[in-house]
Amino acid sequence: MNGNFQKDVVATVIATALLIWLMPFFINTFTLTVLVVYGMLGLSLGLIWGFGGILCFGQAAFFGLGAYTYAIAAINIGESTVPMLLAVFVPAVFAAMLGAMMFYGRLNDVYLGVITLVVTLILFKFINSTAGPQYTIGNARLGGFNGIPGFQTLNVPGRPDEYIWGDAYFYVCAVALAAVYLLVSALLRSSFGRIAVGIRENETRMSLMGYDVRARKAVLFTVGAAIAGLAGALFANWGEIVTPSLFSLGQSAEIIIWCIVGGLGTRFGPILGAAGLAYLKFLLGQQSMIDNTLIMGLILVLFVLFLPRGAVPTIADLFKRVPQRRRSGHNIRARRLRRKEA
Amino acid sequence: MDRLLWRTPLQPMGGTLLRSKGNYCRGAPGMDLFFVILLEILYAIGSLILISAGLAVVFGMMKVINLAHGEFMMMGGYATITAVNLGVNIFIAMLVVAPIVVGLIGLIVERLVIRRLYGRLVDTMLATWGLSLFFVGLATMIFGNTTTGISTPIPGFSVGNYQISGYNFFIIAVAFLLLAAMFLILKTTRAGLIARGAMQRADMAAALGYSPERIYMATFFCGSALSGLAGAVLAPLVGLVPTSGGAYIAKAFITVIAGGPSLIAGLLSSAGFFGAVNQVFTFAVSPVFGEVALLVSAVVLLRLIPQGITSKFFRGKF
Repeated sequence: MNGNFQKDVVATVIATALLIWLMPFFINTFTLTVLVVYGMLGLSLGLIWGFGGILCFGQAAFFGLGAYTYAIAAINIGESTVPMLLAVFVPAVFAAMLGAMMFYGRLNDVYLGVITLVVTLILFKFINSTAGPQYTIGNARLGGFNGIPGFQTLNVPGRPDEYIWGDAYFYVCAVALAAVYLLVSALLRSSFGRIAVGIRENETRMSLMGYDVRARKAVLFTVGAAIAGLAGALFANWGEIVTPSLFSLGQSAEIIIWCIVGGLGTRFGPILGAAGLAYLKFLLGQQSMIDNTLIMGLILVLFVLFLPRGAVPTIADLFKRVPQRRRSGHNIRARRLRRKEA
Repeated sequence: MDRLLWRTPLQPMGGTLLRSKGNYCRGAPGMDLFFVILLEILYAIGSLILISAGLAVVFGMMKVINLAHGEFMMMGGYATITAVNLGVNIFIAMLVVAPIVVGLIGLIVERLVIRRLYGRLVDTMLATWGLSLFFVGLATMIFGNTTTGISTPIPGFSVGNYQISGYNFFIIAVAFLLLAAMFLILKTTRAGLIARGAMQRADMAAALGYSPERIYMATFFCGSALSGLAGAVLAPLVGLVPTSGGAYIAKAFITVIAGGPSLIAGLLSSAGFFGAVNQVFTFAVSPVFGEVALLVSAVVLLRLIPQGITSKFFRGKF
């Protein structure tokens, strides 16, 4: 926590305030809210993948788990404060267990990818099959393919009748995203964050230096899941329904695309990638000439082939005009990050 | 009691593999029930082999995970249906047209995308995932977001109290013939020798004058053709939609990774394991539970032997 971080805080607060003020002039707040929520989801994967080198194919699992936890708890409790906390807590615990299972088994790369993907599929299949009336948690019917509608949405803490919705909900989400962003910044500036980046660069070296790589990766994974869970709860409040498609492979794919397009190894890239692509998808959804999925796929392929570092680092380089030496250093780091996974 | 094997809830159509006729008595299982269960297990294994063969060839030779594999299968299915609608005999459509069409698509993909990403496993996974979305979108634009299908060309018959689809036998036969053919090609032909050599030491094969680029190209063509064949053969059983591929990719991925370094032994052992787990739990509890049991056992297996079954057992086999 040094002067640099204070500058970060000031910049974030100013940027958030400006965006909250300006953006509603261009896009309605209902759409903006979901862009913000997706931004948070992108940031959650951007943290563990871009800074921890953990490529999780199942970030959607934690997103969906957060949303479902919120919905189920909100039906049972009837007030939104505790469900919000649970929605962060449950995915975090789940991720801690999953992470411990994977990282203490020293699973890497593809194997990590398979397991996270499979876990997402298990959740998807399970939730999908819970259509019968026998599947209830408390008062909440899981609803299978139809999802859970009609739960208590976000209210002022302690007052279940005062809902936060519309513009106010957009402000809440935007501030939450800014808070998470600052939290991630603080985490990355702490020794934990630096060691996480060290592990990303060279796992063996870090473990030879005496750091417990497995525990640190599991903790980072957990933090990412907690953020995804929060995003899930906010999404549930926005959509007022949760469905199994939150767990789907398509959702996971999208999160990965956001990170790639936005830029790995940056905090802002995944947020921008998420919001930008989600908005693009929204715009594309209004025409029927070219299929939406086709364009998303094409974007992913083209970025992997021609702009593997993502948009934000590339643009940042253009603006900075940094000396050649440093830029190439950055390039090598980005390339090494990708090589290491290979 | 429907056995919803390779179907997602999105695909309401499709062949029911097994339907009980008259009384289904759990109390007194006879020979016929035993036979039926055995057949179902064989069928599960056979279809897992079919689903994973294309991916296994590409992964085994090139260490490339093709996440568009499911979409290659989907395209194989569409190729078959289109060909049948144009009046081609269904078996020719399945066994000849679909593999060639999908193989050629694979060749284009390899030239345009995969070729640039050799040695970068994660990047290929991401790029092929992008390709899979691309193909889903393309198929939606061409064929529309509706379910299409063809009927199974082989009639069913009864065993005791049970009605069995004759097409299951066809799938089992195709799967095991495929394995046998792969084994013979790898073992006896010159191309197989080169392939095995390149699989073990690509640099050595290159030093001996075999261009890795051409080997990889041929491999990707073969892998894609196998995916197309699998998609075509399974097409009569599922209602085909552009997103059908998603149902296959996870299973293929699991089977190949759990199989490990050996191509054929790996395929056989992991497909055997997962197929048995799936069917046993399907019969004991429910089809959904069978699916979940398959996935859970995959997680456990990968946690225990992440390098795959053939890294521990059956070493040195193909």
